[in-house]
Amino acid sequence: MEPVAVIGASMTQFGQRDAWIRELLADAGIACLADAGVESADVEHLYVSNMASGEFQGQTGVMNALAHDLDLMPAYAERVDQTSSSGGAGIYAAWRSVASGASEMSLLVGAEKMTHKTTAEATDVIASITHPVEYKHGLTLPSFAGLTARHYLDRFDAPRESLARVAVKNHANGVDNPNAQFRKEVDLETVLESPIVADPLRLYDFCPITDGSAALLFCPESVAREYADEYVVIAGVDGATDTHVVHERPDPTVMGGVVESGQAAYEMSGYGPEDVDVAELHDMFTILEFLQMEGLGFAERGEAWQLVEEGYTERDGELPVNTSGGLKSKGHPLGASGVAQAVEIYEQLLGEAGPRQVEADVGLACNVGGFGNCVITTIMEVGA
Amino acid sequence: MTMEAYRYEDGSITFPGHPVGPGGTEPVGTVDLSEYTAEVITWTTSTATPPGVREPNHLAIVEFDVDGESVRAIGGLTTGDVEVGDEVRPVYVAELRDPEAGIKTPESQEWDGYRFEPV
Repeated sequence: MEPVAVIGASMTQFGQRDAWIRELLADAGIACLADAGVESADVEHLYVSNMASGEFQGQTGVMNALAHDLDLMPAYAERVDQTSSSGGAGIYAAWRSVASGASEMSLLVGAEKMTHKTTAEATDVIASITHPVEYKHGLTLPSFAGLTARHYLDRFDAPRESLARVAVKNHANGVDNPNAQFRKEVDLETVLESPIVADPLRLYDFCPITDGSAALLFCPESVAREYADEYVVIAGVDGATDTHVVHERPDPTVMGGVVESGQAAYEMSGYGPEDVDVAELHDMFTILEFLQMEGLGFAERGEAWQLVEEGYTERDGELPVNTSGGLKSKGHPLGASGVAQAVEIYEQLLGEAGPRQVEADVGLACNVGGFGNCVITTIMEVGA
Repeated sequence: MTMEAYRYEDGSITFPGHPVGPGGTEPVGTVDLSEYTAEVITWTTSTATPPGVREPNHLAIVEFDVDGESVRAIGGLTTGDVEVGDEVRPVYVAELRDPEAGIKTPESQEWDGYRFEPV
């Protein structure tokens, strides 16, 4: 099987945007094709990662809308919905399309339009993924995070401040990302004194509601050389699920989908956690950064908080995590987030990350759907 | 109204029940968890609640011991004055949230159920 390369990437401004879903998708798609120097007519497959444009905006069929707006016809077009991991699932779908030989040029665009809804309305759209026994009690994704954070802190005797340090770190990284929703540092005291959202977690432990889009362009490595001197290769990618009903997991501090998808991606790539130079983790809530660090083998069970306290995951640390600012600071437009994670890794590997640049030959992105219900882990390396 | 959990061929119990249980086993019976008490595993108080949900919303994951078999459940608490390890019992509530206020079709699921009250 020929390696699959990524030859173009783009990300639009994340935040509160006037644009609606079609414009968000088109902006990222056009920018990505321009980045790679590829014409619309050369695109054979189109994947659109989007969780809920029907529920948020009343616009369905977004893959066909984008195919027309970018003049991609008769390209095959498919919408990929895997809740918050739709972006990662789009990477997996686009990779499969090229790896299988079905397509020689696959465009992936992820987007979500959310900010026109109130926080309560948006929270309810997202909470609609829950099982009826959870939904009727008013369970939300933030409340799962509160339940898990209390259990983690108690069980591993971790200080509350360690979670706040994740927010402080990722906000500091976001300052240097021109497309981030928040480009403002926060200090420990601000995080710890912000309003409670799901005890013991507070406002700054949570990502914002965001509009935005991002895109990637995939092709066989032999084709990549026709377009680019420098490109990135998908070294490993896999997806896995955990229980839909969150409380049925044997251990609330283990996300089985992270562990399983990570192990499979490592195996496919030939790399291990010790080989990863930079990682984008799905910090929708600060506690998730701990759970993914441990699930992916970057930290021993119950010890991720210690690494964060020691500065191990800072931009100048041993393993920089969320150099983009993460979902926490960059924002979390559901369907776009997994794509944008990979855009950050792409830029880091090609030396295009500007003031956020770190030394990296191998990068990893972990995109989490629901509360660990579906997970995609992608490992990328610089093309030869 | 019962708090119905499924028991499977291998002896395991889940709440809620599933057509296929752990290890691919089939359900062989039910257990009414409302007849048991449980221990609080973890809890939270949510202040950012969706439409039709009480605010603040006290929630917990609890663990029942059904004749030596552990089974966990999630649900609201009747009070925010709880600690991990507390013993609680299920108490019936006719309407846990306003079915008309959220995104889900009201007829698509039940809206009554059990909250947990400290013993």
